[in-house]
Amino acid sequence: MGDGQIDEKWAGMMRAAIAGDEAIYRRLLEEIARSVRTMARGAFSRARVGDADVEDVVQETLLAIHLKRNTWDGGLRLAPWVGAIARHKIIDAMRRRGARRFQPIEDFEMTLAAPEVEDPHTRSDAERLIAQLAPRQRDIVRSISLEGQSIAATATRLSMTEGAVRVALHRSLKLLASAWRNASQ
Amino acid sequence: MKTSQLIDALAADPSRPGLNLGARFSLALGAGALVSACLFAMIVGPRSDIAHAAHTLRFDLKFVDTLALALPSALLAWRLLRPDARPGALALTLLAPFLLLGAAVVVELTLVPADLWGTKLIGSNAMHCLTIIPLLSIAPLAALLFVMREGAPRNPGIAGALAGAAAAGIAATLYASNCPDDSPLFVASWYPLATLIVAAVGAFAGDRLLRW
Repeated sequence: MGDGQIDEKWAGMMRAAIAGDEAIYRRLLEEIARSVRTMARGAFSRARVGDADVEDVVQETLLAIHLKRNTWDGGLRLAPWVGAIARHKIIDAMRRRGARRFQPIEDFEMTLAAPEVEDPHTRSDAERLIAQLAPRQRDIVRSISLEGQSIAATATRLSMTEGAVRVALHRSLKLLASAWRNASQ
Repeated sequence: MKTSQLIDALAADPSRPGLNLGARFSLALGAGALVSACLFAMIVGPRSDIAHAAHTLRFDLKFVDTLALALPSALLAWRLLRPDARPGALALTLLAPFLLLGAAVVVELTLVPADLWGTKLIGSNAMHCLTIIPLLSIAPLAALLFVMREGAPRNPGIAGALAGAAAAGIAATLYASNCPDDSPLFVASWYPLATLIVAAVGAFAGDRLLRW
């Protein structure tokens, strides 16, 4: 499949996701994660900063993509938008690691279909930042992410309505993004 | 946390369509302008001879200038909310207010005798211009920055500066109806200075508030 086709496929998937298709959204985010991983690894190795926190950049990018979906123009292409967000986050991460000069970051389209797998690593920014959330929010995010529970199961366990769990989850994700931002300044 | 686990959390968070970013941006612009218009009416209001002034070219030109600042700045600030924005030709429209003012100044210099240039430039109330324009910019700038936090500008400082310029354009449009000085020599000296103050505040605030 050519890059253009993948791009159109991604755009279609994003539209379905925005319309509420959770399964497609999950698949799209997995595909994007693979591409961003390749892109980040390439950029890190060219800047010689080592790739210990590649997965943090992938996660930060996914979170930004999720929270900034409304800035995608809804057109035929999704990859340039994803690429711009990933580039922004990669540059942030490299700056954080003290890289002064940046090699130009490989064009995103070049890395679209690369099959990169996650590096199973021990430390995770996200986990540390989640630990700083308020207890209720922390419970909800952990339940849905780390423990893989559904919204419904989480709601039952915490004796909340599903709506309240969703609202709290959304708020927690925003807080997570801002904690990440503050940690990187 | 594994990336797949984060994806579980993201997928569980439903998208709420709501108003799109463009609509919210326009709404903020309108609401900010409305608040400033009320404030303007309360503190100074239009000048008393406005009915007569409206028939003079120099007076009307002030509004062309201020709108030529407000519209491109607002459009560009909105456009830059997208991380993949390519401002391109839109950025060139920012030259419009400067070209307009420059041309008006040249014409004015040929029409007005040289010994009056200083008087026209200093005008009667430069300090008014430098205080009222920033004051009337506060509401539109705050409203824009609030909405722009939903965006993802690659350069938050520039996006903030443009929001400031747009807010100053709105404020200057209101103030122009009060300002007794219509000479392009006055307008070209003091209005841009007032705009610069607001744009600098916008850049400073944007750099802090619009990071993502």
